[in-house]
Amino acid sequence: MLLEMREITKSFPGVRALDGVTFDLREGEIHALVGENGAGKSTLMKVLSGVYSASEHGGAIVIAGAVKKFSGIRDSEAAGVAIIFQELSLVPEMTVGENIFLGREPRRFGIVQWDALYKKAADLLKQLHLSIDPRTPIRQLGIGQQQLVEIAKALSQEARILVLDEPTAALTDTEVQTLMAILEQLRQRQVGMVYISHKLNEVFRISDRITVLRDGKTIDTVATQETSEAQVIAKMVGREVHQVFPPDTRQPKEVVFEVRGLTVADAYTTKKVVKQVSFTVKRGEVLGIAGLMGAGRSELLMAIFGAYQGRVTGDIFLEGKRLRINSPADAIGQGIGFVTEDRKRYGLVLEQTIVKNMTLAGLPKLSGRFVTNLDKETRLGGKAMKDLRVKANSLFTIVGTLSGGNQQKVVLAKWLLNNPKVLFLDEPTRGIDIGAKQEIYTQIDKLAQSGLAIVMVSSELPEVLGLADRVLVLREGRVTGEFTRHEATPEIVMARATGSF
Amino acid sequence: MSESQSPRDKNETAAITQGLRELFIKLDWRTYTMVLALIVIWITFAYTTHGVFLEARNFSNLMRQATITGVLAVGMLMVILPGHIDLSIGSIAGLTGALAAIAQALWGYGLIPALAIGIVTGLIIGLVQGALVAYANIPAFIVTLGGLLAWRGVVKGITKGNTIPIGLAEFKAIGQCYLMSKVGIGLAAVAVLAIIFLAWRRHQSKRRHGATLGATNLVVQILLPSALVIAFIYALNQYAGVPIPVVILIVVALLGAFLTQNTTFGRYLYAIGGNADAARLSGINIKRHVLAVFCIMGALAGLGGIIYTARVGSASPDAGRLLELDAIAACVIGGTSLMGGRGTVFGAILGAIFMASLDNGMSLRNYQDFTQDIVKGVILVAAVGLDMIGRKRG
Repeated sequence: MLLEMREITKSFPGVRALDGVTFDLREGEIHALVGENGAGKSTLMKVLSGVYSASEHGGAIVIAGAVKKFSGIRDSEAAGVAIIFQELSLVPEMTVGENIFLGREPRRFGIVQWDALYKKAADLLKQLHLSIDPRTPIRQLGIGQQQLVEIAKALSQEARILVLDEPTAALTDTEVQTLMAILEQLRQRQVGMVYISHKLNEVFRISDRITVLRDGKTIDTVATQETSEAQVIAKMVGREVHQVFPPDTRQPKEVVFEVRGLTVADAYTTKKVVKQVSFTVKRGEVLGIAGLMGAGRSELLMAIFGAYQGRVTGDIFLEGKRLRINSPADAIGQGIGFVTEDRKRYGLVLEQTIVKNMTLAGLPKLSGRFVTNLDKETRLGGKAMKDLRVKANSLFTIVGTLSGGNQQKVVLAKWLLNNPKVLFLDEPTRGIDIGAKQEIYTQIDKLAQSGLAIVMVSSELPEVLGLADRVLVLREGRVTGEFTRHEATPEIVMARATGSF
Repeated sequence: MSESQSPRDKNETAAITQGLRELFIKLDWRTYTMVLALIVIWITFAYTTHGVFLEARNFSNLMRQATITGVLAVGMLMVILPGHIDLSIGSIAGLTGALAAIAQALWGYGLIPALAIGIVTGLIIGLVQGALVAYANIPAFIVTLGGLLAWRGVVKGITKGNTIPIGLAEFKAIGQCYLMSKVGIGLAAVAVLAIIFLAWRRHQSKRRHGATLGATNLVVQILLPSALVIAFIYALNQYAGVPIPVVILIVVALLGAFLTQNTTFGRYLYAIGGNADAARLSGINIKRHVLAVFCIMGALAGLGGIIYTARVGSASPDAGRLLELDAIAACVIGGTSLMGGRGTVFGAILGAIFMASLDNGMSLRNYQDFTQDIVKGVILVAAVGLDMIGRKRG
C-alpha cells in the first residue's frame, strides 16, 4: 500500500469537516474521491498535503509503511506527495521552465544553470507529449495547458502520490483527452493518483476504485467495475434530494429585470469573457445560471453590478428603465443586491462584528447620513438576525468566528437590509453544511415568494435544478441554452455546459 | 456562609465587573497591555530619577511633549486604517511651521492668517499626495517618501537655511502658555458632566433594548473616567495649569475619536482596511476616502507644525525631522495594525504619551541622543513583534 490515511478528523469553528475518514491508495492506481461540495474532499487533501499540519488534525498518515507527521507543504513534497489544486499555483510572469523548477533550480556554485533547466524542462514536457516551449511565460497559456505544466512540475519532483482536484473543470474536450492519456502514462510508472471530480463519467472512465465522502465521513470504497453511477450518486447524496428544496409553488409575475447583449472584455487581455448575453428575470422568479468554471458566470454578474474591471457593453433595464451603472454604488442605489461568491474574500470584513457587516452596504440609510446611530443598526440587525436565524451570541460577535453557514446568512442580511428589487446570488451555499444550505434554500424561496427577482449562479447542478424556475446555461461566455424547471434535466444542462450536444 | 460570598455581595461584584467590562468593551487586550506598559515605564523612570519624573513640573512637560506626536498620530491613524502610510508629515510640519513663521515675520501677517496659511498649505499638500495615491495608483509609501524629501527641500529653500523667530506673542502662546487653574477646573467639570450624560444615554439605550444596567454599573461607568479626568487636571494644575497644546490635542483627539467611531466615514475606513474588496462591492467609494484621509493628515501636519514652531519659538530648516516616525510608532504601539482595519484614537494617544515618556525619561537620565534613538527603534519593532505573536494566538 502506497498511502494510508487512518481515522482522519479535522474541525473548524462550528463545523466538523472530517470525522474519522479512512482512505488508501495503491501504486499505479487511480483512486477517485467523490462527494458533494462540502463533503470534505478538499479538506482531506489539505491534510494530506500538510496545509493543515499534523498538530491540527487527528488520525495518521502512513506512506509506504512509515507514519508521517507533516508540518507544512514542504514535508509532504519531500514524502512524494504532489497536489494540483483547483486554483493553479503557477507564477504567471515566469516561464514554464522557471515554474517547473521553482525553488529547485539546477545550480552550480549557487548559480542557476539556465540551459540545464530548460533542457530538463523540455525533456519533461516531451515525456508528456506536450508541445510547449519551456521558455513561454505561463500567462500566455490557456488553463488546460497550465494544468499540464503543473503535472510536469509534479513529475519533476518525482512525486509518487499525485492528487488532482477537479482537473477537468476548465478543460476543453481535447485537453481532457490529453490529460487522460497522461494519467494512463503515469499509471504505467506506478504513480498513485487521487482523482477528485464531480464528473462521474470521467471517474468511471479512468478510475480503479471510488471512495465516496459525505458530511465528513467515508461512506464507502468500491471497485469501479463493481458499481454504477446511480449507486455512487445514491451514496453521495444519501438522502432524498427533493426534500432539501422547497416545493415548487412560486408564481412568477411580470419581467422586472432585463439584460440585452451584454459583452464583457477582460481588462488586461481584452479577451471577451462574456459574449452577447441576454436574459430576463420576473418578479418572484429564481433564474438559475449554470455552467462550468470559466464559463463567465461570475464575470456576468460582476459586470452588471459595475464591479468588473474590463470593458462592458450592452443594456440593462430595471422596471423598464435603462440603468447606467458605473460602480457598485450605482447598482446598489438602483436596487440591485449581490451576494458575491467567496464570502471571506468579497463579502465580509472578518475582523468586524455581525451588525457592522450587516449594515455596511446601506449605512447612510440604515444608520445615519453622517453620524452613525448604533441603536437603529442594532434594531434592524437584530431583526435580520432573527429572520434569517443567524446563530451567534450577539450582534456584536466577530464575524470571522462564525461558521460558514452563519457567515453566509450575514452576507445575505447585508443585502436584504437594502430592500433590493433584484438580488444576485453567486455560489450562495458553497462550503456550508447541509443544514445551513437547506435554510438558505428556504430563504431564497421565501424571498422570491415575497416578490424579489433572483438571479442565482451555482456550480452545484442539483441546486440550480432544485431551486430555479428557469435555467440559463453558459459556456465560454455565451448562452448555450435556456430551460424551464420542467425541461431542465442534469443531462441536458451538462451537455449544454460542456458543449457535447 | 464562610466558603462563599453572600448572594448580595456576589451580585454587587458581578455588577461592578460588568460595568467595567462595558466601559472598556471597545478596548481589547492590546490596550490593556499598552496601559500596563505605560505604568511600568512610569514607575521605572520615577524610581531611576528619584521621583523627578513624576513631579508636577515634569508631568506637565511630558504632556506638552506628547501633544505634537499625538496630533500627528490621530491623522496617521486615519491614514493607516484604510491601509496606507504617510512618511512626509515631518517635512510637511516643517514646511507649514516655516510658512507660518515667514508669514508673520516677513509679510507682516496677523495670527489668524499666519495659522491659516500653515494649515491650508498642509491640507493642499495632503490633497495632492492623496490624489496621487488614490487616483494615480502610486503606492503611498513612494508618494510620501518623495514628499519627505521634496517638502524638506522646500523648507530649506524658503528659510534659506536660516532660523526664523516668532515675534507674535499670541503665536508663541499656542505652544507655551497654560490655562488658568480655574479654567482647568471648569474644563474638568464640563468633562464630568459629559461623562454622566453619555453614561445616562447608554443606560437609556440599553433600556430601550430591554436590557437593564444596574445602578452600581452606572456608577462605575461614571466614577472611574471622572476620577481619571479630575486627577489629570489636578496634576497639571499643580504646576502651571493645563498647557494650551494639550487642550488642542484633546480637541483633535475628541474629533478624531468621533470621526472614527461615530460616523459613516469612520466605519468605511475600518471596512476598507479590513477588506477592500468587500468594501468596494458594498458600494463604498474607496478612492474618495483615501483622498480624504490624506487631506485630514495634511491639515493635522500643518497644525502640528504650528504647535512645534510656537513651542520652540522659531522655525528652523530642520524642524519636524523624524516626526513621521514618532507618529507611526505611536499608532503601532497603540495597537494600530499597519495592514489596516484596526486601531483606535485612544490607543494612538496612549502610544504618543508612551513615546514622549521614553524621550522625557531618558533625557532626565541624561541618556545620549543616540541611545534614545536605539531604544525607540528597538521598542517599535518589539511592539509589532508582540502584536504579531498575540494575533497568532488569538
